[in-house]
Amino acid sequence: MPDSAQTALQPVEALARPASLRELFWAFTVLAMQGFGGVLAVTQRELCERRRWLTPQDFVELLASAQVLPGPNVCNLSLMIGDRFFGWRGACVALAGMISGPMVLMLTLAWLLGEAANVGQVQGVIKGALGGIAAVAAGQIVGTVLKLAAPIKDHVLGWPVCAALAASAFAMMTWLRWPLVWVLLGLGSMTCLGTYALLRHRAQRAGAPT
Amino acid sequence: MTLVEHAVQAMTPLMWAPDRWWALFGHFLALSLMSIGGAITLVPDMHRRLVTDGGLLNDTDFTASIALAQAAPGPNVLFVALMGWYSGGLGGALGSMLGIMLPSTTLTLVVSRWVATRRAWLSVQAFQAGMVPVTIGLLLATGYLLAPPVQTQPSALALSVVVALLVWRTRISLIWLVAGGGLMGGLGLI
Repeated sequence: MPDSAQTALQPVEALARPASLRELFWAFTVLAMQGFGGVLAVTQRELCERRRWLTPQDFVELLASAQVLPGPNVCNLSLMIGDRFFGWRGACVALAGMISGPMVLMLTLAWLLGEAANVGQVQGVIKGALGGIAAVAAGQIVGTVLKLAAPIKDHVLGWPVCAALAASAFAMMTWLRWPLVWVLLGLGSMTCLGTYALLRHRAQRAGAPT
Repeated sequence: MTLVEHAVQAMTPLMWAPDRWWALFGHFLALSLMSIGGAITLVPDMHRRLVTDGGLLNDTDFTASIALAQAAPGPNVLFVALMGWYSGGLGGALGSMLGIMLPSTTLTLVVSRWVATRRAWLSVQAFQAGMVPVTIGLLLATGYLLAPPVQTQPSALALSVVVALLVWRTRISLIWLVAGGGLMGGLGLI
């Protein structure tokens, strides 16, 4: 039965939730402003670990949907999270929080850089600093993914299969250099079909024990 | 990087160019629904539309937009706002962002609500659970592709590895890592 399957998937754990739209907006603004070189790492840190609005499992499942849909992953994620707490108004507020503060900051920065362009010495320093931040950003993504991989040990497919699938997706992107859409359609649909077969098998066994 | 020198030929932030804003809006609107995996996957297409064919932006501004947005805080999609900014000032930035966000946001909201009301469906559960390992592999690939190359920047790569371990294993504040990386880079240590 679907009901029992659903409760089995969700860990019984008291989660917090934002009290108001204002809190939602500020939460997303605050995390977005800390996300240098990408917001994913800091979103996971703030929403799962600090504010405890989502479990890591919730997070990675929402992220999976966000990844398949067009649009920036973290923006899709903020829409889904906002929607979950306050409906479509929450979705808009969360997305606005994610985008508006950083956008104002970045356009100001671009404008200041334009003004400071005549000071030639600054250029080398800025270039170096940008390189350092880029290196940190790459590391942050990898570290966050390793952390997010933890729920895999309870996955329906079993962790060895999951690890093999993750490794295949990695190889297709980095070594074979396939377009993302191929990987999502090919590997993704195969994985989903396999999971579906397994879940159905389980549900049938649970429904009619022999 | 020509991040600074490009800005010398600064456009004025408050320039009035509705035709240009409209053109930017249209280009990004057309690209939005193709941006699976993020707007960054569309960079080659954007280059063709805005730089090669459209003449809305020069090459230097184009690359500078991506570089600056990668380092600045916020979602990486803001490079689209910067492209609009360099092409058409404030109006260009707003038009571009609206164009890239409107279609994908609408679709995401519709689809995720449809999914949310059908969480009990086996097919929905299979999709959500099944995509998880693939997502993890794809995100690892993103980190790998963004990491500095080992041949030319071994010390920067070492920094990435250390950061990955720290983020994975400790609760160190991410902002300190960014500050440290920026400082080391600025001082020419990596």
